[in-house]
Amino acid sequence: MAGLEDLYREIILDHYRNPRNRGELPSPPARRVEGFNPLCGDEIVVYLDVDGGTIADVKVTGQGCSISQSSASMMSTVVKGRSIDEARAVIRAFKGLMSVHEARLDSGDGDGNGAAPADGTEPGVALGDLAALQGVVKFPVRIKCATLSWNALAQGLDEQGLDEPSPA
Amino acid sequence: MARLIDRVGSVDGGLLRADFPVLDRPREGPRLVYLDSASSSQKPRAVLETMDAYYESSYANVHRGLYSIAEESDRLFAEARTKVGRFIGAPVPGREVVFTKNATESLNLVAQAWGRHHLREGDAILLTEMEHHSNLVPWFILAEQLGLELRYLSVDDHGQLALDDLERLADGVKLIGVTLMSNVLGTINPLGPIVEAARANGAIVVGDGSQYVPHVPTDVTALGCDFLAFTGHKMLGPTGIGVLWGREELLDATPPFLGGGSMIRDVRLDGYEPNELPWKFEAGTPPIAEAIGLGAAVDYLQALGMDAVRGHEIDLTAYALDTLTRRHGDAIVIHGPREPCRQGGLLSITYKDVHPHDLSQVLDQAGVCVRAGHHCAKPLMRRLGVSGTARASLYVYNDESDVDALAEALTQAEALFF
Repeated sequence: MAGLEDLYREIILDHYRNPRNRGELPSPPARRVEGFNPLCGDEIVVYLDVDGGTIADVKVTGQGCSISQSSASMMSTVVKGRSIDEARAVIRAFKGLMSVHEARLDSGDGDGNGAAPADGTEPGVALGDLAALQGVVKFPVRIKCATLSWNALAQGLDEQGLDEPSPA
Repeated sequence: MARLIDRVGSVDGGLLRADFPVLDRPREGPRLVYLDSASSSQKPRAVLETMDAYYESSYANVHRGLYSIAEESDRLFAEARTKVGRFIGAPVPGREVVFTKNATESLNLVAQAWGRHHLREGDAILLTEMEHHSNLVPWFILAEQLGLELRYLSVDDHGQLALDDLERLADGVKLIGVTLMSNVLGTINPLGPIVEAARANGAIVVGDGSQYVPHVPTDVTALGCDFLAFTGHKMLGPTGIGVLWGREELLDATPPFLGGGSMIRDVRLDGYEPNELPWKFEAGTPPIAEAIGLGAAVDYLQALGMDAVRGHEIDLTAYALDTLTRRHGDAIVIHGPREPCRQGGLLSITYKDVHPHDLSQVLDQAGVCVRAGHHCAKPLMRRLGVSGTARASLYVYNDESDVDALAEALTQAEALFF
């Protein structure tokens, strides 16, 4: 049986107790995306300030369990200042870390037979603190908690892409 | 209202545990401490064996067969209905007990069959702030269809319905829907004044007995409600079988809900004639083995004695309230009446600001199964000002050692998060 120490790593609890980039951005101009898990009631609101293809600022509000909130905090620190393409690569890497099944099914990801490397690494993507969330896969019910903010981020980037197609 | 009872028997949860195979399942780590019976109860061997034996020796469809095992099926199915009816004191068990899929379907049946036929645009119905979604959403759907006014009895700071507002809110209503026992707070609602207010307005009372019937001696005549919905899987029975009890004359005056086989007396190409009660409301092949399994669950509970079951839960709730408060003091908030005689054996807790999911995860490591989240009662969560709670709920197979395991496991949450 997976132990609690696999799930509640110190770095996760630190992000939970002291969430980074907590707050709101004026929207508009910032893009506001909600993530909601109706099953457990976890809520995340991600604010994205995208400037010239770069995520200039990101803020997060919401309430929920330690996994959803710490994952959102870590997400904000990793993607802030990154280009949209880099952010998408991090999303792919993180989802790979969370669920190889999803990667396998998602043939559109362009990563061959799909299974992400066990450490979740993707070429050129440093997961940093995020690697601490790896233990979540041993607790399948909690994967949705960990990915909640990432799905909101992905949705925000998709909407951004629709509004402002990146230059050819 | 819960009765203060003289003990007519006693329930030893520790001894009964041996009747429930899953509680002894081999597992790594500590033994399973099952404290989630308000969500679904475990099943005693007697129920599992009854269902197996039925499939192995008598199984055939009901209502139609003219051969021996079909006749046996008919008899066993009818006996199950009678057992369930007697269990709740139904005056006419053979006609007033309708088998459904679950309590949710029972409540939808009342809304869509009785409600749609008897209510009109502008009519008002009164519900409460502590209802489970299954006694809210069917009425929302009906309100959208007909244009009804919905009113709500609020919940006070002690987890009780604010009955001071009852007379005003009940004025002119056609229906009052109320849970007999809150699935979050454990509050046992006093049906007396609610039934009185309904009568004064010519309204009917729909009781949600999902949490009440499995735990408290139930007599529908004494309760005074007009419909009572409950479910098998919370009272030691299988999933897939629910019950709607209704007053015979009301059921007679209610058109069918689902259409199909069994629920008709005659079908022509230009129409149909509905069947007698209760088959009018049981379209298609019913959950036969599940009904028979529920009958076995009723036998099991009656052998214990429902007064003894209730007494056991009052004692154990008192022990749990005392133990948790003594060991965790200000760190823990127990939502609800905190009065064992006025509530069921369930405790909704918040522990400092640990999220209920984290709490549940930590407890799971100690083998302790509790429910975490909004318990399908989001309006009540908003009223309590919490996003969710962790809920420990007790039943016949629990004893003090389960409560001790819960209290001990909570100290691990303290160690981990603070």
